[in-house]
Amino acid sequence: MSKPKVGFYWCASCGGCEEAIVDLNEAVLKVVELVDIVFWPCAMDFKRSDVEAMEDSEMAVCFVNGAIRSSEQEEMAELMRRKSQLLVAFGSCSHLGGIPGLANLFDLETILAQSYKNAPSVDNPEGTYPQRETEYKGHTLTLPTLSNTVRTLDQTVEVDYYLPGCPPPSNLIVAAVMAIVEGNLPPKGTVLAPDVALCDECERKATKPEKIMVKEWKRPHLTKVDPELCLLAQGLLCMGPVSRSGCGAPCVKANMPCTGCMGPTSGVRDYGAKALSAVASLIDSDDEAEIERALDNIVDPVGTFYRYSLPASLLHRRVMPGTIREPVGAGLDGKD
Amino acid sequence: MEKINVSKSILIDPITRLEGHGKIDILLDDKGNVEKAFLQIPELRGFEQFAVGRPAEDMPQITSRICGVCPTAHHMAATKALDDLYHVKPPSSAEKIRELLYSIFFVEDHALHFFFLGGPDFVVGPSAPKAERNILGVIGKVGMEVGLEVIAVRKQLRDLIALAGGKAIHPVFGLPGGVSKALTKEDQRKFIEAADHAVEFGRFSLKVFNDIVLKNKQYVDWITSDAYTHRTYYMGQVDSKNKVNFYDGEIRVVDPSGKEFLKFPPKDYLKHVSEHVEPWSYIKFCFLKDIGWKGFEEGPESGVYCVAPLARLNASDGMATPLAQEAYEQYFATLGAKPVHFTLANHWARLVELLYAAERMKELASDPEITDPNPRTIPTATPDEGIGIVEAPRGTLIHHYKSDARGVVTMANLIVATQNNAARIAMSVDKSARSLIKEGKVDDGILNMVEMAFRAYDPCHGCATHTLPGQMPLVVRVYDADRNIIQEIRRD
Repeated sequence: MSKPKVGFYWCASCGGCEEAIVDLNEAVLKVVELVDIVFWPCAMDFKRSDVEAMEDSEMAVCFVNGAIRSSEQEEMAELMRRKSQLLVAFGSCSHLGGIPGLANLFDLETILAQSYKNAPSVDNPEGTYPQRETEYKGHTLTLPTLSNTVRTLDQTVEVDYYLPGCPPPSNLIVAAVMAIVEGNLPPKGTVLAPDVALCDECERKATKPEKIMVKEWKRPHLTKVDPELCLLAQGLLCMGPVSRSGCGAPCVKANMPCTGCMGPTSGVRDYGAKALSAVASLIDSDDEAEIERALDNIVDPVGTFYRYSLPASLLHRRVMPGTIREPVGAGLDGKD
Repeated sequence: MEKINVSKSILIDPITRLEGHGKIDILLDDKGNVEKAFLQIPELRGFEQFAVGRPAEDMPQITSRICGVCPTAHHMAATKALDDLYHVKPPSSAEKIRELLYSIFFVEDHALHFFFLGGPDFVVGPSAPKAERNILGVIGKVGMEVGLEVIAVRKQLRDLIALAGGKAIHPVFGLPGGVSKALTKEDQRKFIEAADHAVEFGRFSLKVFNDIVLKNKQYVDWITSDAYTHRTYYMGQVDSKNKVNFYDGEIRVVDPSGKEFLKFPPKDYLKHVSEHVEPWSYIKFCFLKDIGWKGFEEGPESGVYCVAPLARLNASDGMATPLAQEAYEQYFATLGAKPVHFTLANHWARLVELLYAAERMKELASDPEITDPNPRTIPTATPDEGIGIVEAPRGTLIHHYKSDARGVVTMANLIVATQNNAARIAMSVDKSARSLIKEGKVDDGILNMVEMAFRAYDPCHGCATHTLPGQMPLVVRVYDADRNIIQEIRRD
């Protein structure tokens, strides 16, 4: 019997998810004993035409990392979906939008202006912009188009499973591959990671007080941080209580707070809203002015609570001035 | 304008064994010779804009997501920019811990390129079946034992980055004024042990290159052939003795004859570096402002310059450690002249640097200061503006931020390693295609040799497209009689 075929592809991402696969180290050799990797542009020379030539559903599984912003990424997501029996959203960007999803706080025009006109190093007197089509001696060079809004993979094509994290931890990747090879899979739509909060596996768990009461949130670079005590108890904005575990809390081990790349546990629709309410509930005051002061150091609530999940959230993106859609409630937007 | 029309084109899509996206569109005239080859970068993200409004202290973690292959480079450039922004000088212990981690990162990243990305072209061969031109093919050729050694050394080094930095992919330890975590004596023992291993590995890698590449006349002919040669300016960071330095120093530029053309501190980068825009790619092309943009041209009259290993060795007077210095001398003696203009010599230069990084790692790992229990100075000044420069494995990397008094970012400008090389890479792809494709004769091996022209630079198009250039979106707004917008139609 031939080995199951596996593909890896990247969209709007950084390559860290590819490195995470390389970082499986000798386990990667075990994986290639079990499967045939038939597409992986970062490390192998198979081309898009090789994938297009495959039968539909010829691959057993395809892991797609990165968010979706360009027409090319959308086409590739659709191609991988069609050629693969299972599609796994791999990593924060594909799962929730990730850090590139913070671009949804701006629109394309603003971003273009920054890149081409306002950046202090740009020298562009003629105001040239990259074009969808450029003619060269009768031949048309083309570039993909960009959408105004960053989307997650499952806002683009149907997704079967999710591997969370920025990047996904090695042990979860290996477990996912084994589950697929052995056909031992949970229900469709499952996030393939433990469904408990990060605090549960944090090595500082024993120092977390029963009830945390915070007078003032602190910023890590302006604070002396004890290397043993629960970071929340020290007034640092650690996202441990609202984030999924499975990573082993490496950021906390380096004496820095969790920023929430693993996303929420199941049942939480909007990670940022959950994080915000959790943080608010820990403030040790009922006095409005005092609460205000306690929150003073959270200088960027959207970027802090939706660091990895803005596109997947109910907010989805910031509504830009000049559009006719009225925000619903506190800045809620429909699809864009 | 010439009357030649393109009669046929060959598309390589996607280009492979690099970080990030790209395609090559090769245009042939009616005789089947190459009229022009374009390397196009079809990707985007937009970091400089969405950095605005974020807390400055989050920049080392946010900008590391520009590139998951060289996150440590972005993390470090951003952290150094924050020192400057907050006007805080880290204790020397913190500087040493940072440089230690940075040296480790250089060893494993350069190893990744040689064994996984660029090396397969030489070890397995440029025209080997495409299913074999990868790390598995390398292991097949050099043996499982060597393969396991490469994997083991990478693992050991990356585990150490995680030990001190939190995670190897997207570290978290950089803070303005220092690092987040102190190292213990037990940690130090692990660093020292790994450093010995890394130095051995550096020597071994150079030996592999010597045995497989330099002893093969065909390969040496390719390296020194005109198809892969360009005479440009070269840029790299150097210490006070003009030795290569990855972590800190001044930026030195030499002209195509090897003479010093510029030497400037990081704060002066805007006086010397500019970015040019073309309509057919999302990448911005850097050039020397002192000369100006004169098109995709080589020579002293053109502002095109080159960064990364080939350039760093050309722009320096040597390496600061003994074994690397020996390798540096052998490199220039063998290739005949300085500067070396052969693009494919990047592979060799990269291994000279790998050995330097390993030796530097060893020096720093043994330094008693790295176990300082408090490797931090907490900033007290009001933040305003900061610039940080490091050499990323793929070249000079510049982070520049402005903030308000609360340390919220108001402006970010990032000039990323591969962007510095973008013009020369485009020229290299075009020239190699012209030299290798004649009378319409082309196969997978020839196309791979065109790809080798960019692969030598170890380009990172993830990094290079951190900005969000793109097609101008079309926006039609319909106004009512009172100039209120009643409808907006977007072509996104």
